[in-house]
Amino acid sequence: MGSSLYYSGQQTDYRKKRVSLRQIVIFIVLALGSILFLLPLWWMIATSLKSMQEIAQYPPTFIPQTFHIDNYIRTWVAAPFTQYTLNTLLLSFFAVTGNVIVNSFVAYGFARIRFRGKKVWFSILLATMMIPGFVTLIPQYVMFSKLHLVGTYYPLIIPQFLGSAFYIFMLRQFYLSIPRELSEAAKIDGASHFYTWLRVIIPLSKPALATIAILSFNGAWNDFLGPLLYVNDESLYTLQIGLQSFRGSVQTQWNYLMAGSVLVLLPVIVLFFVFQRYFIEGMNLTAGTKG
Amino acid sequence: MKAMIGQKRPKISKLARQEERQGYLFILPWLIGLFGITLFPMLFSLYASFTNYDVTSRMDFIGLDNYRRMFTDDPLFWRSLSNTLYYVVWMVPLTTIGSILLALLLNEKVVGMRFFRTIYYLPAVLSGVGVYFLWMQLLSPTSGLINTLLSWIGISGPAWLSDPMWTKPAIIMMKMWAVGGGMLLYLASLQGVPAQLYEAAKLDGASVFRRFWHITLPMISPVIFFDVITSFIGGFQVFQEGYVMTENGSGGSMNSLLFYNLHMWHKAFTVFDMGYAMGMAWVLFAIVLVLTLINMKLSKRWVYYEGEDQ
Repeated sequence: MGSSLYYSGQQTDYRKKRVSLRQIVIFIVLALGSILFLLPLWWMIATSLKSMQEIAQYPPTFIPQTFHIDNYIRTWVAAPFTQYTLNTLLLSFFAVTGNVIVNSFVAYGFARIRFRGKKVWFSILLATMMIPGFVTLIPQYVMFSKLHLVGTYYPLIIPQFLGSAFYIFMLRQFYLSIPRELSEAAKIDGASHFYTWLRVIIPLSKPALATIAILSFNGAWNDFLGPLLYVNDESLYTLQIGLQSFRGSVQTQWNYLMAGSVLVLLPVIVLFFVFQRYFIEGMNLTAGTKG
Repeated sequence: MKAMIGQKRPKISKLARQEERQGYLFILPWLIGLFGITLFPMLFSLYASFTNYDVTSRMDFIGLDNYRRMFTDDPLFWRSLSNTLYYVVWMVPLTTIGSILLALLLNEKVVGMRFFRTIYYLPAVLSGVGVYFLWMQLLSPTSGLINTLLSWIGISGPAWLSDPMWTKPAIIMMKMWAVGGGMLLYLASLQGVPAQLYEAAKLDGASVFRRFWHITLPMISPVIFFDVITSFIGGFQVFQEGYVMTENGSGGSMNSLLFYNLHMWHKAFTVFDMGYAMGMAWVLFAIVLVLTLINMKLSKRWVYYEGEDQ
């Protein structure tokens, strides 16, 4: 308000200045808001570097008095986090390869091949997205338990190779937007659909596939329910399950618990900053309405 | 009949039939998944919900007994259902309004906008146990950030996760932190609104509020609809928040974080009352389906699709 009064004498500039005042206000709101949004992450890191005595202090400090970087080392060796990480990476690897290859393959079928019943199958695919997870989760557990696969990674890996309705839908929308002429040429040369998919569509859809890869990596990295259900041997624990059980051993030792959380969240944060556009692309593809 | 079909077939041509076979070959992995890990388990679970199934030996047909027990004999069923409804009823509108407001702000032309968008979006990509632990610390009554901030303005904050009155608001607050996911959807759709519409309205002297109400809202209504439906369905699946953020996944003080899925989980995997748990899953499915259909019906009144007159 004050500044608009200040400029009130300069009639010619009035409009421009008014707009910029509005921009200043928005900038301040956004800046304050982003501090608020970042504070939790700052708090996590700060807590992870504090000593137990400092955590017990009231009021709590925003910046650790001394930086206990050794908290991270202590946390890492307090539980077999190396093993958990390797396990999680293995599962993430299968999730990424399975999801990228299979969903792209199926999406090609839905986008580029004409066959009877396609519309029906596609509506079924869309309908399956509405089924709450627990409706299939419990009987799937029964099924895998009857196959004696509980306690192994198979129940976590096999479904990754059977397509995900959500990703298939996303990729199909994307494939519909690739001009047909590009694959027609291959067809005229007598190329099979498999060849066209592999040599024409896949190279053209690298960004979309990268998005699927990032999203399914993120999904596998953060999966909690699956490993919680199917893994009971500690040597097969993933980071999520490992961190959850780590809590039991350190209870309210917030510095260790926060150090563990930072370690588990860090790869995702790094991934986010490096591959930001693929995360954003995923959201855009999700919107779907434009496709 | 056979002969006629036999005569007609060649007209479809060998090529088309080959094409058809290939089509099914391509969608085969998904078809195997559809039947193997979706439809077959669902049928099994529907049948099992009418039995006293416990995975090992028992599977006697007991008719509607599981469903009767749910509605008349299990106070925790109602408790967990009302917890979940409470969560959905507050979370969906709050995150929807929050992400629209944020998107409006982030759609302005201001210095450093790329940076702001990144910051607000970041929490939305973080999930899992690490985030729950982070929030358990933030919500800690004495050493947590939130009560510290509240004390600055003279409010002594509640004991959040141990006070049954504040557990669910705490969880909803945590969800609000991840509002950037929805924001991005709205941002994309806001950028698709033609600028001429605003200019024309400005010439007619329409206020900012009127422009928002009569142009922006109708133009982004399909995305609002999509967002509401997905967060609504997602809201009914709330589970981990209750499992991870309470002692031994118990559901918290006075069962205030015993969500429907958590109760179902305990029925299935703690006491192995599988038939009952599968019945519960079907009840949830029915509730979500009916409410989603109502949502879709209502949407016809307020969702505006450009170039369609349905």
